[in-house]
Amino acid sequence: MEWIQQLVNGVSLGSIYALIALGYTMVYGIIKLINFAHGDVFMLGAFIGFYAIVRWDMHFILALLLAMLLCAIIGVVIERVAYKRLRNSTRIAALITAIGISLLIEYTVIFFRGASPEAYPNVVPNKTFEIFGAQIGVQSILILGISVVLMILLQFIVHKTKIGKAMRAVSHDADAARLMGINVDNTISATFAIGSALAGAAGVIFGIYYTRIEPLMGVLPGLKAFVAAVLGGIGIIPGAMVGGLVLGVVETIVSALGYSLWRDAAAFVILILILILRPAGIFGKNTREKV
Amino acid sequence: MKKSKVFWGYIVLALVIYAVVQLLINSGTVNFYYENMLITICINIMLAVSLHLVIGITGQFSIGHAGFMAIGAYLSAIGTMKLEMPFITAILLGAVVAALAGLLVGIPSLRLKGDYLAIATLGFAEIIRIVFLNIDYVGGAAGLQIMRQSSWGYAFFAVVITILVIANFTKSRHGRACIAIREDEIAADAMGINTTYYKVVAFVIGSFFAGVAGAVYAHNFYIIQPTTFGFLKSFDILILVVLGGLGSLSGSVLAAIFLTVVTTYLQGFPETRMIIYSLVLIIVMLYRPTGLLGTKEITDVFKFGKKGGSKL
Repeated sequence: MEWIQQLVNGVSLGSIYALIALGYTMVYGIIKLINFAHGDVFMLGAFIGFYAIVRWDMHFILALLLAMLLCAIIGVVIERVAYKRLRNSTRIAALITAIGISLLIEYTVIFFRGASPEAYPNVVPNKTFEIFGAQIGVQSILILGISVVLMILLQFIVHKTKIGKAMRAVSHDADAARLMGINVDNTISATFAIGSALAGAAGVIFGIYYTRIEPLMGVLPGLKAFVAAVLGGIGIIPGAMVGGLVLGVVETIVSALGYSLWRDAAAFVILILILILRPAGIFGKNTREKV
Repeated sequence: MKKSKVFWGYIVLALVIYAVVQLLINSGTVNFYYENMLITICINIMLAVSLHLVIGITGQFSIGHAGFMAIGAYLSAIGTMKLEMPFITAILLGAVVAALAGLLVGIPSLRLKGDYLAIATLGFAEIIRIVFLNIDYVGGAAGLQIMRQSSWGYAFFAVVITILVIANFTKSRHGRACIAIREDEIAADAMGINTTYYKVVAFVIGSFFAGVAGAVYAHNFYIIQPTTFGFLKSFDILILVVLGGLGSLSGSVLAAIFLTVVTTYLQGFPETRMIIYSLVLIIVMLYRPTGLLGTKEITDVFKFGKKGGSKL
């Protein structure tokens, strides 16, 4: 059953995209900024996890948590240092700053450790299960498990906690939220922290699954995760999950059909089609422009 | 009367610059290394000025400029290496196909606004790159070998034509329509400006000159590879425009000259270069979001105190 196996591979890849896309979509939903540096936070998460496992002999769950924690801090620092001052400036200025931060992170990492790739250690036994005749690795199941747990946790935070309520309020109308006594600055920082933590987790998972990490690895998954966010409807959390999974499955199908060199183009073709046909995304509502 | 005087003044200035540099090259004072640097400066000026028309004048945030440069580079290379065209025809071929690609990309994506447009142009540029990567006729990932045909003369006159066309376009009725779109698209629409039309026109002209730049580039470096035209190249061009000032042609030119020289001297330290670039980008955006010159032109400096603030 070749196609079940491909489907599982696609869903594993898709859940990584989904985790990154969640950060994009949350940040976009709350301050209308495409956080280009998000893919690089993902890369930093992968490297933190790598050093935690290899240098400090941590268990990989601990390494995952450490990567999430440090990425959350990095995300908040980026927001406080760069994006906070730009909240009232033009969109182009904010976007260019985000690109600048992204380049700065990438090349600072290259500056300190070189551009050479690293190989992730094997932390999960390389066993495979046979389900309906398909070979399914323990790694895929682990990735899926971690992603699902994180997404449920995120849903819980957004819908059941006070900070989640504040986040929803700020993304709906920041000024009204401020009048209601919500600390908008802290809420935005919390959004960055949660989104970056998810990206960090995605980085560690990516390292375990693909074993090869390098300083520029965040660029393409970052862009594709953004495509996933747009596909699902940017600013909508379930949209990012669905978008990520769809994108992962489509990419795997394209590879499986023998067009693996065209794989990267598939994401952008999807992006352009969705932008032209349904710019609000699968789950989005159309909004009219007002003066 | 006055307008044409200024115009001919600039033409004469351009010819003098050309003649002086050509003389220096011929006499050997400017060696191959510096001639190469001068050609690179010209290429970057063309890229910066053509992107300036799209971002600075029309206000459409495109970050896929390297894609059109790639089309110009590859098509002109096919022209000279495979079809044995003369270099000039090959440049025109590359530029026209780049302009057509600009039209094809522009019509659907310019309906989008702001961030979405940025991502769509980035996506198109990546698709263009991946297409070249997958065509064996142009060498795939290994790239295409090209004879060096670019010279200071070609590069310089391409720059002069680029600046001339874009400066005159900006000052024309069409250019003012584009500026109106930059300032407020809804208001421009309400004033009866066909916003989609002007956005596409600016985009096509920008793509055309990016194609010219790509053609000159391809025939200067012996080999072109798809990796050269990734989004990092697009960001490089973006930095030139942003640093010079969003909406300032002379700013783009100055930034292109300055950053090319800096890049040449930092060639041995590419990481340091990128760290400096990104810091400059962030600091400029935080403290001077309009870029160094804003929408002013360097020529404005010489017009202080003149009666009635004469306009070019």
